[in-house]
Amino acid sequence: METSSNPSVFLLTVNGQIEGANFPDYDSLYCKYCYVYGHDWAPTTGLEEGITQITSKSTQSHRLIWNFPLEITFKSTNPSGWPQLVVSVYGPDVFGNDVVRGYGATHIPFTPGQHTRTIPMFVPEPTWRLQKFTGWLLGRRPEYTDPKVVAQGEGREVTRVRSQGFVTVSFHIMTKDMKKMGYDAGPSSPSAVQSEAQSYVK
Amino acid sequence: MERMAASSEIREKLRNKRRALQDTLVKNKNEDDIQALVPSARFNVDQQPTAMKEAEGSDEDPGETLRRTFRAQRQRRKKKLLEQSFVQECHDAEDAEEVPNARRHSANEGSADRADDSVVSTRPPTGSQRALSVRSEDSSSSQHLDTYVTRHLQEKLRAARSKGESLQQQEASEVSAEPVSRLQRLKNRDTVTRFDREAEPISAGRQDDPLALRSRVKFREAGRRVVKDLPTAEEAFNFFTFNYEPEPPSQQEGVSRKRQKRRERVKKDKGEDSQEEAEVEEDAEAEEDNQDQNEYQSEDAPLVRNEDDLFAIDHSPQDFVEMRKAEYVAYRKRVQRDRELLFTPSFRTVPTSVKLPENMKPRFLEDEGLYVGERPPVSLTNENILENRILKMAEGNKWFGDDGKVIALPDPIKESSTRPPLFHMEGDLDPALQTVYRKALKSKYANLYIAGAADPEGDYQLDVDVSGLIFSHHPLFSREHVLASRLAQLYDQHLSRQHNNLTGHLTDKLNGLRNALQNMMKIHGEQGSSEALRQRISEYSLEVRNTRQLRDTEQEKDRTLLRSVIKVWKEIKALREFQKFTNTPFKLYLRRENVDRASDERDYEGEILAEVLELEAESEGEYQKKLAEYKKQLEDWKLWRRKQKAKRKKKKKKKKGLAQEDTEEEDQDQDESESEGPFEEGPAKPQPPERPDVDSMEQWVREKASRIRRKPGEAILIPELSASGSITASELCPRAEIARREDVSRRSLFIKILYNDKEVSRTDSRSLSADFRVHFGQIFNLKIINCPHSINLQVFEEVGSSCSLLAQVFVPVPDPSVVTGSAPIEEFEFSSNQRVMFDHEGVGSDVPLSFESDGSNRLTLLTSGKLSCCVSWGIGEEGVPLAPPVSQQPGGTHSGRWHLDAVSYIGASGLYDMKKIGEWATQSRLDPNDPKNTSIMQLLKVASSGEVTAPDYFRLEHLQEEFNFVTDEELERSRRFRLLRLRNQEAPEFRNYKFVPLLEREVSDKVFQDYEKRLKDGEIIDTREHLDPHRALVAKYLQKIRESVINRFILAKHFYQLSDLVTEEEIPSIGILGINLFKLAESKRPLKPQRKERKKVTAQNLSDGDIKLLINVIRAHNIPIRKPLGNKPGQSSQSALQGSDWYLSQVQVRPFVEVSFQRTVLQTTTADGPNPSWNEELQLPFSAPNGDYSTSSLQSVKDEVFINIFDEVLYETGPGGKERGTSIHTQIEKHWLGSVKIPFSTVYSQSKIDGAFKVNTPAVLLGYSREHGGSSSVYDQWRSTHGGTFLRLFLTIEPQLVPGESVREKFDSQEDERLLQAAEKFEKEAAQGFPDRPCITTVTDLSGKTVFITRYVRPLNPPQEFLDAFPNNPQEATTLVARFVSLIPSLPDQVSFSGTCDLWSTCDQFLTLLAGDEEEHAVLLCNYFLFLGKRAWLVIGTAIPEGTTVYVLTHEQSGYFIWNPSSGQFYNKDDSFCPLQTVGCLVNADNVWYNVQENPSPLNTNFDITKSNMWKPFFSRSFSHPGLSSVQPEELVYRPIDRAAAAELQDRVEKILKEKIMEWRPRHPTRWNRYCNTTLKQFLPKLEQSRGQDVAEGHRLELQNLLGDYRIAGFPLHLPFSEIRPIIEAVHSTGVHNIHSANVEFALAVYVHPYPNNVLSVWVYLASLVRT
Repeated sequence: METSSNPSVFLLTVNGQIEGANFPDYDSLYCKYCYVYGHDWAPTTGLEEGITQITSKSTQSHRLIWNFPLEITFKSTNPSGWPQLVVSVYGPDVFGNDVVRGYGATHIPFTPGQHTRTIPMFVPEPTWRLQKFTGWLLGRRPEYTDPKVVAQGEGREVTRVRSQGFVTVSFHIMTKDMKKMGYDAGPSSPSAVQSEAQSYVK
Repeated sequence: MERMAASSEIREKLRNKRRALQDTLVKNKNEDDIQALVPSARFNVDQQPTAMKEAEGSDEDPGETLRRTFRAQRQRRKKKLLEQSFVQECHDAEDAEEVPNARRHSANEGSADRADDSVVSTRPPTGSQRALSVRSEDSSSSQHLDTYVTRHLQEKLRAARSKGESLQQQEASEVSAEPVSRLQRLKNRDTVTRFDREAEPISAGRQDDPLALRSRVKFREAGRRVVKDLPTAEEAFNFFTFNYEPEPPSQQEGVSRKRQKRRERVKKDKGEDSQEEAEVEEDAEAEEDNQDQNEYQSEDAPLVRNEDDLFAIDHSPQDFVEMRKAEYVAYRKRVQRDRELLFTPSFRTVPTSVKLPENMKPRFLEDEGLYVGERPPVSLTNENILENRILKMAEGNKWFGDDGKVIALPDPIKESSTRPPLFHMEGDLDPALQTVYRKALKSKYANLYIAGAADPEGDYQLDVDVSGLIFSHHPLFSREHVLASRLAQLYDQHLSRQHNNLTGHLTDKLNGLRNALQNMMKIHGEQGSSEALRQRISEYSLEVRNTRQLRDTEQEKDRTLLRSVIKVWKEIKALREFQKFTNTPFKLYLRRENVDRASDERDYEGEILAEVLELEAESEGEYQKKLAEYKKQLEDWKLWRRKQKAKRKKKKKKKKGLAQEDTEEEDQDQDESESEGPFEEGPAKPQPPERPDVDSMEQWVREKASRIRRKPGEAILIPELSASGSITASELCPRAEIARREDVSRRSLFIKILYNDKEVSRTDSRSLSADFRVHFGQIFNLKIINCPHSINLQVFEEVGSSCSLLAQVFVPVPDPSVVTGSAPIEEFEFSSNQRVMFDHEGVGSDVPLSFESDGSNRLTLLTSGKLSCCVSWGIGEEGVPLAPPVSQQPGGTHSGRWHLDAVSYIGASGLYDMKKIGEWATQSRLDPNDPKNTSIMQLLKVASSGEVTAPDYFRLEHLQEEFNFVTDEELERSRRFRLLRLRNQEAPEFRNYKFVPLLEREVSDKVFQDYEKRLKDGEIIDTREHLDPHRALVAKYLQKIRESVINRFILAKHFYQLSDLVTEEEIPSIGILGINLFKLAESKRPLKPQRKERKKVTAQNLSDGDIKLLINVIRAHNIPIRKPLGNKPGQSSQSALQGSDWYLSQVQVRPFVEVSFQRTVLQTTTADGPNPSWNEELQLPFSAPNGDYSTSSLQSVKDEVFINIFDEVLYETGPGGKERGTSIHTQIEKHWLGSVKIPFSTVYSQSKIDGAFKVNTPAVLLGYSREHGGSSSVYDQWRSTHGGTFLRLFLTIEPQLVPGESVREKFDSQEDERLLQAAEKFEKEAAQGFPDRPCITTVTDLSGKTVFITRYVRPLNPPQEFLDAFPNNPQEATTLVARFVSLIPSLPDQVSFSGTCDLWSTCDQFLTLLAGDEEEHAVLLCNYFLFLGKRAWLVIGTAIPEGTTVYVLTHEQSGYFIWNPSSGQFYNKDDSFCPLQTVGCLVNADNVWYNVQENPSPLNTNFDITKSNMWKPFFSRSFSHPGLSSVQPEELVYRPIDRAAAAELQDRVEKILKEKIMEWRPRHPTRWNRYCNTTLKQFLPKLEQSRGQDVAEGHRLELQNLLGDYRIAGFPLHLPFSEIRPIIEAVHSTGVHNIHSANVEFALAVYVHPYPNNVLSVWVYLASLVRT
């Protein structure tokens, strides 16, 4: 669509997968994801939202494995509002009601290469104990009006959350024309990226 | 060897066999399903042992392979590798003939197998990942198993070969030890996943290309290698390491390299034996190999064989593939096998002997008195299991301690929690524990940083070298120590004196002086005295005397020192004697230096003589001086005496005369006493000075000399103190002394280093030695940034765990020149006045102490000592001293320190005061050449020139410019940045702008056009657009209010509450809980399903085309019907019309509905009659502005749904000239009958609208009349006058959108807080009881403040003209007032403020703005009614189509009336066509009543507000009306009617409309019928007067008469005037301009009727005339 010599947008391709999660107390969870991005971003191809299969823990491992592929390409004119991946995990509670088990968000990595992100998950807390009890009883836990809330800072100060577990996501990032547009997104040598990714994980 | 014999016989056989085998091999290679077949292949191999055994001996290549495979296979099957030796044993028994070979093979097979596996496992394609995972999982147990296996291997080897046992073992152990980690993993893996593994060799082997050949090559090669170069253990090790290279490619490479090598070798071999047939050669080789093997049998080469076997196993299994039944393994067998495989640690306690090395007894450290930490608690069984497990491992014993237990660290878990619970009960808290708030104090060193400390070169370092400590007294000193230390001190003193040798110096000096003096005396004697010389002599002699005196004191000191040294030493000796033990190592030796007695005596005497002589000379001199003085005095006295005598003589002469004159002289003395007394006192007679006594003088000198000097001939005593004496061992000492010594050993000392009163470091704690010296020898490097003020070394003494401060030593801050290395270690004395007493031998401190037996001569000793340390500045890497520059040396005065730093000198705020900086600069003598100071100097230079005044600003961020992204100018200039900034500021044009282009050039200026236009419009008022200057101003004002309110909303939108972010269930009450529980029991599929709400869609993930507007046009009532137009003039008789014939034949009306929304126009089919029923659904697509489907954006959609009713009229036009008679042309015209406008915002906020809408029909429809047919009952009559056409519609949006939530009115308020809370509560309760009934108690005024609603209601005067118009007819006045109110244009707040927030303006604001919502109209109308003396209320309820709205209720004799303030219509309470649907609450000036009746429709509502069971009052007895004052003005002032302006406006509107109509008909000529125009114009004022009622008929007839044979269709439009645009739109929507017949003419008339306060009523009369 643009001539390569004279691009007007840059492209960010995200491949990867929601590898799995570590929720010590819960089982049979599934995961929804969506992206939050700024005004100057638009997805060109790929799925913007998705929902994984329900996965159960194996007897040995305590990890939940989804291995749910992510694939999306964004075009953008401005790094401001860099896309964020918002994941929310749901699963049945004791009574079989589908309740939320965690929200989390992470920025899509900036640098090309392979990255692994471990997203800490959390859920909003009920405002008071009785509600906690009734919410537990009726399977109506507090939820965010919109999961995308977790990708923004605005308004979060009014909430109280409890941490739940972790979701691991791996990304393979490719960018196009970033340098041409004057944005240098850091090291391009794979080894450097690798080490950086590892340090992130740490 | 036996094999040799057999080989010739069976060679032939074997050859055939081998060929067959090779065939199978090749065949197998080609097959792909080898993996699956492997096990069976193996079994197959197993099944044919006899055949293969034959082959074994002679046929090297496949035969050997096979044999090995068999064995491996068999072993595996039977014993699972771990017990190969056993297998071997029985196997050997079975076929004894192969024993020698077999043993060796079997010994190696296990490891060979493993090696093989290892090769494979690291290859990437063959599932290495699994191997890895296995490895990692089992690494814990691997060690154990590994050792297990190793042991077995060793055992087996031992059994097989007795000869090379030792060698073998060594090697085996080497193998197992060296690559232990690798082997471990391998072996372990093998045991765990062996069945998986077995397949892998095949896949590995398959890689080989010419397989048959290569495998053969390999075998041969392997054999060759065995023969030729037996690899050493190291080689073997290398082999293994090779395999384990982490990177697969290199490994592959290695393997392939090996293969290649082999191949080469094979070639070489072939070259050698080229004549021989290949097979023969092979056989020969095999034989050779066998021989070699036998030869080397004694030697151990297991690893070599490994390699051999490795390749054997690679290929052999595939050679013999055969399907076979699964073999059943008996349970017991399996259990046994499992037992071999698995290890279950026992629970039983392990005997201690096993855990300890042989011949060792457990040793319990606790019993030996050593401290052993508490072990963490572990249950006994677990411990046993662990021990059992460990014991199985190699070197398991190392895990056990001497006591036979597993080595364990002490339990790290504290018993008590580290953080004690806090109790917040204020009262209970111990007052001592209560916290006291202290304001933070600024450290006085806070701003005393060394200038330039921030930059790296200003990195200063102080080195504090603490070398040691010596106590001169310590409380633990024994008496002997006290003496010893005194002795040491004295000795030190002595030494230092001796070193200085002052006495010697002085003696020399004295001698020199004496010599000089003598010389001088000689000269003096020879040459006579000169004054100068005499002076010098006297000076010299004085000097000699002084020097001699000094020497004498020094000598005396020396002497006493020596004496006291000896005395103390004697005391020590005595003490030692007494206490019978020695505590100190000191020994004093007195070295005698014998002197020559004669010379000594001579010297001594000479000295004395000289001294005596000098003394004599001195005393002589003194005597002479005194004598001279005496003489002088005597002279004086004599003189005086003579005078006295003379006096006396005179007296005597008078008395006695002159007698006895001669004797007088002699008796003088006698008389003197007598005579003097009575006489006046004269000077005493001077005594003649005594002559110095030379003898006594000599005596004194000698005495002195004997006191201070060595006696002549006495030996010179030189004391020498040595510490060589031995100290009595503790055992020999008395108890008290032992106690003291123990006490000493318990003590240790350390030194804290405090820099500027802050502890920076401390030395290690060193124990006090018996001689009370402590050596630290530590150097501390202090990196400093603060000016050094004090360096303090604190000496701490530790006894056990407690430590106490002994003393402090303040060390001066060193000079900058003092740097490490050159600085000597100095000793600083310290002392402490602590009182310490002991009950043992220690003397204590500050305790009186006596060494005398009688207790006299007590002394009190204080703890004291010397600390040797050194403080100096550090030296940097390049030898640069890390000391601050000299000028900044802070060790100086106070003022000097201040000069360091400008900030500390004048304070930070003063930095911009030039005067102060100048002052500081001069005072601190800044170096102008220092590059650091250039900026300051420059500043000062400028400042001193007086041109620059100090800036009156305060710079907070000095680096702001450096951090700027781009310069401000660039930021301004760049269009892209501008766009980004505007978007960020949420400017309305750019609020949701997408894709701001990345490059500057791609941002076009067009983007800003709208925005700039708006900005420009802000200043210029476009009067042309508005036609009315006042309205233009008002519009501007409104715009501004709108903006400010929007801004406030945008701001408010960013304040979130929990409910905005988190959806949470309401706290359920018990009832709801019960219902929920009940619901659980509800049937899943009820017989009568309930209607479910449509799913609501959040507006975020929508796009164009997703949303549709559904309009269901159901039916209409009471549509005007056509009137037959008299074709001829005069034919207007009603009778003709009422003829039933006509009624039947003539079409009354053929109406259809046309709906236009967002440029889409759809229409229904045409129906018949005045009450048509369409029942059609129209779908109109909806697209949001800018594709933004957010709630806020949807709310601000201003589009309206236009629903027009038209009459379809068919005209048969005259047939054309040519086709006359053959065709009929029908022309369709549509005549506008009325319209309904519904704003989209209403539909959006209500999500569905269902009801009958009153169609806005023009007052007069030319050619139409309302239906009067049928029974003309009273009701119908009333309806015709009041009602009109109604259209029943159903509107909704598909899918249902979540309506925007009203912006929380979190505005401040001037209302009482109690009132606000009550209002909130009231509304909440109302909402709970009846969620669909609106209840409003507080509203927001124009300034955004919350106001209680009753404050708006107050009687207000309508314009006086209205009151005057109908003085006698209040009813008329009422309608007039209502009409006036309805003429003020409506402007829904929702649209203007893009949020569902109602702003209520007061009536004067409303009249000034001339625009408002329903509530403003209602408030104004209500206030007028109240003024007119009516009982009126505001009704808050829901109506069609407005939704929640405000109406007015009046109560008159005839009943309750409901007024629609926007239209001026009123309805009876019982009117079923009343647009008001529900009644929520009533408001008047006093109270608010909430409707608690069951049916909220006005029809069924009882409006008797006194009934509290129907109306719930806000102010009740419990909460009475606080007397809220009104926000309305007392009186409204109206501007007078401006008729001239109205006339001007009228002309302009007419002109504009005419232009527009012509514009809309671009292809057709537009002809205006002037005659008709004027007629219509005359007619319009009448319509205004009658308010559009009951004038149509007469007027039409009049018109008809005038126009004759024109077919006329027309109507007057009536609008309140706000702007020109609505008028144009209204005209356009009627579609009059769409008549395209050729002979059409148009008529247009405009009339603007002015009302007070510039309220204008606009009438537009439109007509189309077609000549018939």
